[in-house]
Amino acid sequence: MNSEITLKLPRCKGCGICVAFCPKQVLGLSELGKVVILKADDCIACGQCELRCPDYAIFVDKKVAK
Amino acid sequence: MERSFEQYFRQNRLPHLWCPGCGNGIATKAIVQAIEKKGLDRDKTIIVSGIGCSSRASGYMDFDTLHTAHGRAIPFATGIKLANPELNVVVITGDGDCTAIGGNHFIHGCRRNVDLTVVLFNNNIYGMTGGQASPMTPTGKKATTAPYGAVDPTFDACKLAEAAGATYVARSTAYHVQHLTDMIANGFDNKGFSFIEAMVQCPTAYGRKNKMSDPVELMKWMRDNAVMKAAWDKLPEDKKVGDKFPIGLLYQDTEVDYATAYEHVIEVAGGAGK
Repeated sequence: MNSEITLKLPRCKGCGICVAFCPKQVLGLSELGKVVILKADDCIACGQCELRCPDYAIFVDKKVAK
Repeated sequence: MERSFEQYFRQNRLPHLWCPGCGNGIATKAIVQAIEKKGLDRDKTIIVSGIGCSSRASGYMDFDTLHTAHGRAIPFATGIKLANPELNVVVITGDGDCTAIGGNHFIHGCRRNVDLTVVLFNNNIYGMTGGQASPMTPTGKKATTAPYGAVDPTFDACKLAEAAGATYVARSTAYHVQHLTDMIANGFDNKGFSFIEAMVQCPTAYGRKNKMSDPVELMKWMRDNAVMKAAWDKLPEDKKVGDKFPIGLLYQDTEVDYATAYEHVIEVAGGAGK
C-alpha cells in the first residue's frame, strides 16, 4: 500500500462522486450513506476523489518511503 | 496530512449546507485554491456575495466577507473597490442572482470595467427557492415553473460580459477542477472586470427535474460536452450542435479600469483633500 487515505466522515454526505470517479474502484458507500474504503491496497493515489469531493471529506497522500 | 486550503475555511461552519453532490463546494474550493496559488493577502481580500445557493459560499470562507442583497453583489463590491483600490475584491454570484435580479448591475459593472473578479456559479436553476427556471436554464429543460420545458432562450453570460465590456472572460466546470482554479487565478491577474462562469451541478433542483438526479451523471455530462477553447475554434459548425459548449479563456482585452480612471478625475479636480 503506497497511499494513505484520510476521511473526515462528519463532512461526508454520501453523494458518491468519489466512488464513481475512482479509476480503481477503491471506494464504496456504507449502509449509512458514508464513504468507506473497500480496497485500500488498490489505491494508486491519483487524487481524483479528493479533487472532486464537494464536501472536502477525503484526502489522499502518497506514502513517502522511509 | 492537513491541506493548506483548510485555513481559508471557517472550520466551525463546515460541513456546508449544500445538498449532497452539489458543485458549489467544488467551485468554492477552486476559489480558495486560486487565492492561495496567487498568494493574495488574506487581510486585503474581500469576498462579496449576493443571494442564493452559490452566495452562501461567503459564509464558509475565512476572509472579510459581505453577504449582500439579491443581485446587488457587484454594486457593493464596486463601492469597496473605489473606497480602497488596494483590496482584492472577489464576487461570488449565481445564475439567477447575476443575470436576472442583478442583470443590470452586472452589465454596468462590465461596462465600467471595475477591477473585480466575479465568479458566477451556474447551476442552471434557482435551487434554494424551489427549482424555478432561471435565465440560464437551457431551453427545453424542465423546472418547477417550466413543467413542459423552458420556452425562453438561454443567456450566454460569457458573451454578455464580453459585449458589455469585461476585460477577462472565462468559463470552466466543476468537473475540470484544476482548469477552473487556473481560470480564476488568472482572473486575479487582470486589472479590470474579470468574469469566470463556473458550471456547477445541481442534482436536487435541476437534476431531479431533468432525469439526472445523480451528481455523477451531471459531472459526466460536463466532461463529455465541454470543449476546450482551442479545440472549439477548430471545430466545424456542424459539430457544434447539441449540448456542446466551449470552456477556457474566451476573451481578453486591456482597458483602463474604473479605479484608475477615477483617480484621474480626483487629480483633475484638485486632489482628494488629503
